[in-house]
Amino acid sequence: MTSPRKALVEVRDLKMHFPISGGLLRRQVGAVKAVDGVSFDIFEGETLGIVGESGCGKSTCGRAVLRLYDITEGSIKIDGTEIGTMGQGQLRRMRPKMQMVFQDPQACLNPRMTVAGIIAEPLDEHGKLSGKAKLDRVYELMDAVGLNRNFANRYPHAFSGGQRQRIGIARALALNPRFIVCDEPIAALDVSIQAQVVNLLEKLQDEFGLTYMFISHDLSMVKHIADRVAVMYLGKVVELAERDELYERPLHPYTEALMSAVPEPDPAIEAKVERIILRGDVPSPSNPPKGCNFSTRCPKVMDICRKLDPEYREARPGHFVACHLHDAGIMDNQTNAGSAGAPPRNEHKQQGEDA
Amino acid sequence: MPDGALPVLDVKNLKTVFHTRSGDIHAVNSVSFDLRPGELLGVVGESGSGKSVTMMSLIGLLPSPPAEVREGQVMLGDQDLLKIGEERLRAIRGRDVGFVFQDPMTSLNPVFTVGFQIMEPLRRHMGMDKKRARKRAVELLELVGIPDAERRLKDFPHQFSGGMRQRVMIAIALACDPKVLIADEPTTALDVTIQAQIIELVKDLREKLGMAIIWITHDLGVIAGIADRVMVMYGGQVAEHGPVREVFANPAHPYTRALLKTVPKLREPRAEKLRVIEGQPPMLGAHPAACPFRARCAHAFDRCARENPARRLIGKGHDVACHWDHRTGEPT
Repeated sequence: MTSPRKALVEVRDLKMHFPISGGLLRRQVGAVKAVDGVSFDIFEGETLGIVGESGCGKSTCGRAVLRLYDITEGSIKIDGTEIGTMGQGQLRRMRPKMQMVFQDPQACLNPRMTVAGIIAEPLDEHGKLSGKAKLDRVYELMDAVGLNRNFANRYPHAFSGGQRQRIGIARALALNPRFIVCDEPIAALDVSIQAQVVNLLEKLQDEFGLTYMFISHDLSMVKHIADRVAVMYLGKVVELAERDELYERPLHPYTEALMSAVPEPDPAIEAKVERIILRGDVPSPSNPPKGCNFSTRCPKVMDICRKLDPEYREARPGHFVACHLHDAGIMDNQTNAGSAGAPPRNEHKQQGEDA
Repeated sequence: MPDGALPVLDVKNLKTVFHTRSGDIHAVNSVSFDLRPGELLGVVGESGSGKSVTMMSLIGLLPSPPAEVREGQVMLGDQDLLKIGEERLRAIRGRDVGFVFQDPMTSLNPVFTVGFQIMEPLRRHMGMDKKRARKRAVELLELVGIPDAERRLKDFPHQFSGGMRQRVMIAIALACDPKVLIADEPTTALDVTIQAQIIELVKDLREKLGMAIIWITHDLGVIAGIADRVMVMYGGQVAEHGPVREVFANPAHPYTRALLKTVPKLREPRAEKLRVIEGQPPMLGAHPAACPFRARCAHAFDRCARENPARRLIGKGHDVACHWDHRTGEPT
């Protein structure tokens, strides 16, 4: 879908490498390429879901987009302002626009501050509200996230996980942000509480016109909340598309495998599901394989995948994928070269191929 | 699943209480179930539902104090595990009953090689000498799909990835050919593609070895894929129990019904809004005499606060602990 919508967040070739130092002089001997060249837009008012397994760089990507790190390379524009190279002083003035909700509501709340104190902290840092106006604002926020006003003077330990996550959300909302990065906001919550928090996030999005980057490993939940979804593997976005397009017609073999691996809470469906079981584990991001990052586990791997890193390109309108199978130029070459490459799909196995 | 076969494990009326300064916590409240040979029983529940504590109580793994297994009977074959005493229990743990825990990194000892840890139960329980134990350890690692098993015996746990570590844990649990394998959230710490590998492995091992398995999880999807029977726990007791297809197709307990609706499904059309279970999980054992779900239940009425519902049979092997009849929509 080509859309006239305005991109609120524009990320281009974002790289976040963490140095590994070693040896006697603690020189840098390598780098963990946690995020290695990702590009995407997030449109105003939409939710971009980022899915992937642990270590794929999705959380690092979210933190880097908010400039919680000094990024290695690339450009990040929020509402047209380049923040990729911005200094901390200027960045601080941008902070009210962009906020974050963290995974662990236990760890991200100061246990020695009251709920009112926690929610008011950003107001103290960035605003000049009087005591009364501030308290009113805190109450307003507590109402918005469904917390009882009478609990304003309690401490985080007195709340359950779901309620704590509400406190974290209220704090993120305090400064009327436009963009919120939600980093696995429901992963630490019980199943029966997850829906409460997701519905709250959706309600707040409608009310305040928020734009979300929703990072999660739960593909079913991302299918529910996201408008568009990016799939990450080993520091790269391998596929990005509109939600329905991605879930109904995944192009990348990794996306296919990831989706087939999700267990479905329905024995009748489970009995029929054909699983693509990937062999092996994710390689280390400090030493990614040559060529395509997924080539070591890909069930449809071809010779070229082990040599050449596939280009991230638009295979269908609005549907981006980084895979040689969906690169017409490469695939034509493969067919012309006859049996030089392995068969791309099982249905046309070519002769002269070793298994 | 042979219906008439004698159960390998028969638990009756198990009650576990934690004594704390702020009063007793009834973590397990009259839980009964059985496990038949070769069967996989799924136990579902949220944190605090008592699913892990139940299994720990069975084989005396809870520290006492504060825990006290107050009542009940746990028959493994013809012995009551609650009566036989610590010494004989120790001989049963790891031999007749194997365990796999959630986090393989904390349940493996980081300072011993994996080989040593697999050989330990073999030498202790089976009286094998070093050479035979070593041979068996290699077989076990091959059985759980660890490549290059011979060489990897010398490796330490940190040299394995998460999925491989869980395979090692399974190998250790299987070492002495247990009659019962208790797996407590064995795939929760793993990524979905690795989880799929481990589930395939367990399915495969069940066919090969035919042991009975108790699989504890909060993930309804995992249960739907592997279990024969399912037991849904809430607030320290069994809410509903029955054959897996029956319970998922015709859930009777308001909690099971709500839980199945609140989870989004990947392979079905997206719902506009997620169904919600209102309220918060219960404080354990505040009122063991009332239904623990009543505060969140859409069908609760006065009797639910007065009387903790007993389990009643509603179909073949399908029972529910609720005062509300899901078929008539009326109190029973």
